[in-house]
Amino acid sequence: MKPTARIFRNLLLTPLFAGLLAAAPLMLHAAPGEGVAKLHSLRGTDVQAPDPETDMFRPERDRGPIERNFVQQPPIIPHTVQNYTITKNFNKCMDCHSWSRYKETGATKISLTHFKDRSGTDHANISTRRYFCLQCHVPQSDAKPLVENTFKPASALQ
Amino acid sequence: MNDTTIKSGGLRGKIKKAGWGILAIAFLGGILFWGGFNTVLEMTNREEFCISCHEMKDNVYQEYRNTIHYTNRTGVRATCPDCHVPKDWTHKIIRKIQASNEVYHKLLGSIDTPEKFNAKRLELAEHEWARMKKTDSRECRNCHNYASFDYSAQGRRSNTMHQKGFAEGKTCIDCHKGIAHSLPAVEQNIGAAKNGAPPEIFHPSTVEPNAPKTAVAPAESY
Repeated sequence: MKPTARIFRNLLLTPLFAGLLAAAPLMLHAAPGEGVAKLHSLRGTDVQAPDPETDMFRPERDRGPIERNFVQQPPIIPHTVQNYTITKNFNKCMDCHSWSRYKETGATKISLTHFKDRSGTDHANISTRRYFCLQCHVPQSDAKPLVENTFKPASALQ
Repeated sequence: MNDTTIKSGGLRGKIKKAGWGILAIAFLGGILFWGGFNTVLEMTNREEFCISCHEMKDNVYQEYRNTIHYTNRTGVRATCPDCHVPKDWTHKIIRKIQASNEVYHKLLGSIDTPEKFNAKRLELAEHEWARMKKTDSRECRNCHNYASFDYSAQGRRSNTMHQKGFAEGKTCIDCHKGIAHSLPAVEQNIGAAKNGAPPEIFHPSTVEPNAPKTAVAPAESY
C-alpha cells in the first residue's frame, strides 16, 4: 500500500473508530455485560452488592513469637487477645509485656523505642503515644488471604 | 385409788395429746418460717435482685455483659451471686449479714452516680480481691476445679502459667483480676502516675502471710 493510500485509509477509519467509541456506552446499555470485563469486589461479588457471608474466623492458637517479614515490622501477636481490654485505667497488654512484668510472665518485653516521646526524648515510663498496642501489633486468625501475595523478605533477612 | 389412776392416765393422755399437737404445730411452723426465710434469702441471691438497684445495673452489670461469664459459646453463665455470694450456708449467712453495710450505703447514696462509683472503684475492688484471696478464691472454685484442669487442652500461656502459679501457692484472684468488671486505675509505669493500685496490691507476692514457712532455720554454727 502506498503511503498516500494509508493516510487516506486512516483518515477514513479514524472517525469510524471514534464513532464506535462514542456509541459504546449505548451498546453496553443495550446488551449489558457482553464481552466487557465485569467489575467485582475482592470477594467476587458485584461492587454494588453486599459482600457474601464469610466463614467464621477463629483466632489462632497460642504459639511462640512469629518471624518478622521486613525490617521494623511491628511484631505480630502470636496469641488470642479476646476479651483483653485497654482502658484509661488499665492496659492488659502491659500486664505481661512491660519491663516490670515480662520476667514473671515469659512474654516478649516491649521495645525501648516505646519509651521515647514524639520529640525523641527518652522517659522512664512508657510513652502514652504507644498506649493502643493494636494500632500496630495485630493478632492472627485462620482467615485465608483474599489476594495472592508473593512478597518475600530481602534475602539478607531470610 | 382407782379414780386417781384413771384421772392421772387421762391427764397423761391429755398432755401426751397436747404434746404431739404442740410438736406438730412447732414442726409445721418451723417449716413455714424456715421455708419463708430461705425463700426470701434466695430471692436476694438472684441477678434480677442485684440489678434492681441502678448502682449495680448501670455500672458493674454493664461491664460484666462484655465478659465471658455473661456471654460465651455454650451459654453457661455465672451470674452475680455465683461469684459474690458463697454457696454453703454458714459463709452465705456471714456474707449476707455483712451485706447489711451495703444496704446502709445504698440508703446513704454512696455510689449512686457513675462518678461516685468510679471514685470508689479501687476501694470496692480491693475488698473483693481481699475476700477472694482469704478464701482461696472459693467462689471461682465452685465451677473451676483446678484438680480437673486438662493442661494439654489449655493454651501455651495458660498451661505454663497455671502450673507455675499453683506451684507457688497462688490462688485464682492473684492473677485473674478484672475478669468480670472494669479494673480501677492500676499503676503500670505508662505516662504520668495515675494514683492507682500499686504493683504489690495488683500482683501480690506469692508467699502468703500465714503459709508454712519453707525456709530452713539457719544451721547452728559449730
